Amino acid sequence: MINTVKKWFDDNKNRSLFYQFITILLFIYIGHFFFSNTVTNLEKQKIASGWGFLTKEAGFPIGESVIEYKPADNYGKALSAGFFNTVKVAIIGNFLAVTLGTLIGIARLSRNWLVSRISLCYIESLRNIPLLLQLFFWYTFITDILPIVRNAFKPLPNVFLSNRGLVIPLPKSDPAFELVGWGFFLALILILIFWKMARKHQDKTGRSLPFIKISLCIFIMIPLLGWLIGGAPTAMDIPKQGRFNFSGGYTVSPEFMSLVLGLVLYTAAFIAEVVRAGILSVKKGQTEAAESLGLKPHQVLRLVILPQALRVIVPPLTSQLLNLTKNSSLAVAIGYPDFVSVSNTTLNQTGQAVECIFLIILLYLSTSLLTSIFMNWYNKNIALVER
Amino acid sequence: MEENKEEKSRIKIILKWLKDNLFYNPLSSFITILIIYGIINILIPSYQWLFVDSLLNGDAEACRKVEGACLAFLKEKTRYILLGMYPQDEHWRPVLNVFIYLALLVFSRDRSRWGKKLLGLWFFFGVFSFFLMRGGIFGLEFVETDKWSGLPLTLMLATVAITVSYPLGILLALGRRSKMGVVRLLSIGYIELIRGVPLISILFMSSVMFPLFLPKGIVINKLLRAQVAIIMFISAYMAEVIRGGLQAIPNGQYEASDSLGLNYFQKMRLVILPQALKIVIPPTVNTSISMFKDTSLVMIIALQDMMYTAKGAMSDPHWLGFSVEAYIFMAVLYFCFCFSLGKYSRRLEKELDTGLA
Repeated sequence: MINTVKKWFDDNKNRSLFYQFITILLFIYIGHFFFSNTVTNLEKQKIASGWGFLTKEAGFPIGESVIEYKPADNYGKALSAGFFNTVKVAIIGNFLAVTLGTLIGIARLSRNWLVSRISLCYIESLRNIPLLLQLFFWYTFITDILPIVRNAFKPLPNVFLSNRGLVIPLPKSDPAFELVGWGFFLALILILIFWKMARKHQDKTGRSLPFIKISLCIFIMIPLLGWLIGGAPTAMDIPKQGRFNFSGGYTVSPEFMSLVLGLVLYTAAFIAEVVRAGILSVKKGQTEAAESLGLKPHQVLRLVILPQALRVIVPPLTSQLLNLTKNSSLAVAIGYPDFVSVSNTTLNQTGQAVECIFLIILLYLSTSLLTSIFMNWYNKNIALVER
Repeated sequence: MEENKEEKSRIKIILKWLKDNLFYNPLSSFITILIIYGIINILIPSYQWLFVDSLLNGDAEACRKVEGACLAFLKEKTRYILLGMYPQDEHWRPVLNVFIYLALLVFSRDRSRWGKKLLGLWFFFGVFSFFLMRGGIFGLEFVETDKWSGLPLTLMLATVAITVSYPLGILLALGRRSKMGVVRLLSIGYIELIRGVPLISILFMSSVMFPLFLPKGIVINKLLRAQVAIIMFISAYMAEVIRGGLQAIPNGQYEASDSLGLNYFQKMRLVILPQALKIVIPPTVNTSISMFKDTSLVMIIALQDMMYTAKGAMSDPHWLGFSVEAYIFMAVLYFCFCFSLGKYSRRLEKELDTGLA
């Protein structure tokens, strides 16, 4: 009997099956332990689990919101307001961080000694200070150190910078701007068609069309046309400086400003390193070889350097973009109502801990998973095809 | 005559360097001058703010009258920022702890000292420092964990998290590369779940959800819960770092150990892990640095780490309005720690580079 068991166990496959079985049992046991405890604990605290709370009145105000929200709305609405605030920070922050990071990364490689040293100082100092500290610093800087409304800075006419944030003029809403939006959409489609045509033309004749110039023209002219057809509205909503606050214009709140400022400056330091490594990864011989083939400088960049550099840059760059998105949850520390912050308030008011934490995890996890699906697709597309 | 010549050639070298690196074309000359102008405009006022116009002795009233930094505020509050709520009379205990800790760190820098003895020393220090902080034996006054705060707490959270998560990370990395489907799936699930969410959500979870998980009557204190959350978080990142090392080991090594008749555990312990872990020492240090910075998030769930005590010092009603000084002080502290660790990691990278990987 023992011998047969031993013999059965000596087989690699059987042993592996046995271990996996044990693992599953252990997993189920631990899961059940936590689950049953949670259920009894919730019952004791008289918290009904489920999503019923989403339709109850939230009752708390949200400082700023992309969608319309008032305290009388329900928790579901509050959470979606938080969600859109997170999206807003992520989009604007990522865009600015990539721009700044690329600039600093290039500056780090400059032949000018001072420029490269200063970029190095920037990267080293910002990377080595906790983001939370930087966020606190910017928030204090804006709310405590910038002047009060009456003495606001005016860096540009009708732009005010004070401890109430940044106030800028905005074109008054007009149906013409809808036309402009459609114009951009149309322009993108036309450029796509033109790109296909240019490719075909080059394949046939061997000559390339001035693609960038023409598509830039399309991109500017068509929306402009839309604006002209709409009656060319020029009315602006200009902010007026009052004693204690501004009226009119568009206000960028101190919370939003410090969050974006902190996130962008911090992440840009990491992106700069990524960009630098990417540029350095393309050997000088590649440029020389491309030039000796008779390619023009912009062709060298577009056809030879960038495809190789991007292969190195894009994977770590996406992980930095994800980091920025995840780090935007630190908004809770400076009072910007992002998704985590609103969920936390909801959690404290309703006691629905499990549901709220689940929502937070769901949001960030799905963002990460979507990104990694995109990354896999991208990697497959650009991976070196070796023969 | 000779010396004069040497002097001249040196000046020539300097001038050539300047021309090659700063003034090699009109645009670059313009940028150089612009930057020098900018630096002067920033450095001189900062110097004045910090050293000339600042006030080292005096109270808040006197500080508000001067233009410069209020160093008196820092002088008054440094003790609170670094040690926080720990009982005043017992302050020598955390201070002693931090000093031994730093001394041990410096001692461990040298790679030739790494070994079982050093590990034992660290373990002994861990036990020793825990009882030194907690007290309750050898006639030391008992101090509750609620009162542990400031720099010792920050260092403790980071060090314990890194130490515990390292073996966990090895297990997870091995699990992710395991041939057993269930083990692999669970490891991947855990790693991706944790890496996909922000640390703050795991900390919130530790403060509101862990208590729900446990049966009635078992209460785990807040500090330990946060510590567990941080360990959970960082072990997923450690696992990915270590997986990178495992992947870098060529297949021949696995096959060779198989053909020697080693079983799985012998193969990993004797052949694969020693090589893989060595490759990933520099990225491990980098992960540790980012973890050290991230411990500052525990202040959001009201643990009194260095960031929390600094905020506390700023909101003292007698000393309102000197937060910039406190922030700069904190930034310098964190920077010194992270920068020197980063430098160390780069040195290790050079030392360990065998030219193989």
